[in-house]
Amino acid sequence: MTNTALVTMLVTETIVIGITAYFFYRVLTTKPKAEPDSFSENDDEIR
Amino acid sequence: MSDKESWGSRVGLILAMAGNAVGLGNFLRFPVQAIQNGGGAFIIPYLVCFLLMGLPLLFVEWSTGRYGGKNGHHSTPFILDSMDKRKFWKYIGVFGIFTNIAVASYYCYLESWTLSWVWHSIKGTFAGQSQEQVQLFFGQYVSLDTLEPIVFWIICLALNTWILSKGLSGGVEKAAKIGMPLLLVFGAFLAYKAVTLKAGENGAIFDGTMGLNFLWDPIFVDGKGNYTLLSPKIWLAAAGQVFFTLSLGMGSIHCYASYIKKKDDIALNAMSAGWMNGFVEIVLGSAILIPISVGYLGIDKVIEATKNGGLGLGFQTLPYLFEQWGRPLAIVAGIAWFGLLFFAGVTSSLAMGTPMMGFLQDEFSWSRKNSALAFGAIVFLLGLPTVVFFNYGVFDEYDYWAGTVSLVVFALFEIILFAWIFGMDKGWKEITAGADIQVPSIFKFIIKYITPLLLAYVFFMSLPGIWDQITNASLNNEIGLAEGSHKEFLLTKRLFVNISRTGLLAVWGLIAYMVYYAYKKRIKEGRFTS
Repeated sequence: MTNTALVTMLVTETIVIGITAYFFYRVLTTKPKAEPDSFSENDDEIR
Repeated sequence: MSDKESWGSRVGLILAMAGNAVGLGNFLRFPVQAIQNGGGAFIIPYLVCFLLMGLPLLFVEWSTGRYGGKNGHHSTPFILDSMDKRKFWKYIGVFGIFTNIAVASYYCYLESWTLSWVWHSIKGTFAGQSQEQVQLFFGQYVSLDTLEPIVFWIICLALNTWILSKGLSGGVEKAAKIGMPLLLVFGAFLAYKAVTLKAGENGAIFDGTMGLNFLWDPIFVDGKGNYTLLSPKIWLAAAGQVFFTLSLGMGSIHCYASYIKKKDDIALNAMSAGWMNGFVEIVLGSAILIPISVGYLGIDKVIEATKNGGLGLGFQTLPYLFEQWGRPLAIVAGIAWFGLLFFAGVTSSLAMGTPMMGFLQDEFSWSRKNSALAFGAIVFLLGLPTVVFFNYGVFDEYDYWAGTVSLVVFALFEIILFAWIFGMDKGWKEITAGADIQVPSIFKFIIKYITPLLLAYVFFMSLPGIWDQITNASLNNEIGLAEGSHKEFLLTKRLFVNISRTGLLAVWGLIAYMVYYAYKKRIKEGRFTS
């Protein structure tokens, strides 16, 4: 690969992977909101 | 899909939304658009459009959906209706049901090819075949030389209907939780094989990295000495790709988001789903189709093969190239590639079913099962011409009007409604309510001014093409130059194209009538309208 192609690919993919990973990390580490929320799996009783 | 429905978990919702966005286009359309529009230079307009149009529209559609859901609306006609006093918005919302039904009608057929190609990869149909024989197989398949395409199509429709009948958390979300991880695993395996492809091994004539180089090498000045980034064609291609890849302007995001409660986040969810789609498209989508194809065929042949898009390479060339890897790897690669395309397809087509189901359940109190069956039946009836008359351009005609024009028209109207009529201050409150991230306030300016202007630009620049399509300009030129039986074929094709166009218009009219009927019914029952 030429240097410009390699740099374009690596810079783009690093940005995209970094941002995707950051948002997923935030999703996984954010505390759930108090019930009743929008999600049924964490309910005491199945709706 | 009614008030009784809910998402099972936050990760499930994000995977379903990402699955809605990730489609066959991530693997077949994006890499082809890139090589046709400046290689690595394409990523600049792509990311700019992603930031100025894609992300803002994601915020708008997620928040619009959640706002509508508060009032018990789960499809765009009455979601849009609830945002302004004027009565006509509900008819703009018709696009949010129409587009999904019309796109599902041809998309499910495409999806069924992937199932069939998985089966043929396992069965060994492509073993020992030349590239021409694999191409011939495809030609015979879409010409319905056997009933097999119909059987796979019906299996695919039945599967979609069955999953939809299980509801949001029990069906759509479960499918996304299985499909998306498998898609990532299959994609990673194929990308590894593609990038490590070596010239001289298993019949490859070039390294796979040569294909990567072809896709990523930025061409800032084209062969004629023009600056590529100053070309409106590249910006339109990038804007179009961002639109299709994020499933914007369809109405399916609104429907999924309408099951989220006001206090729950949409900003972080929207970003996660949107960027996940970007990851699949940019990282995986660029690393499979083009590197493998260039490794075996060289750049010139790939340019020639992709003149009409990536379908040819995906279905007619890759099965032959996988066979060069020998068995059992060819079987594994076939399952991975077509399995990946199937999961990308099915998670999108499921999203296309939910707006109509939401409408039938909200307005006519249909059960989930019956509304899923109604979706399956309508997609069967509307999709039948795309299957039977595929070679007569019906499939492409549906794709043009439903999969291209409708999206832009709807998105243009919805951004005007959101930013200028509903009001940006109220809109911003909707976007940031319950947000788990700080949404940069620059997006307030972008949503109000930049995104509508960009969408208007895309729409007005598309008008000459729309006019050419309406007048069948390209087809008429072909007819003028053709002779004998080919001319007869083209004349028949024009007839089918005109009939399918009229049919789509009739479907839009029928949905608009149902919306009108539902509106009258609401008034009679004293239910909330705008």
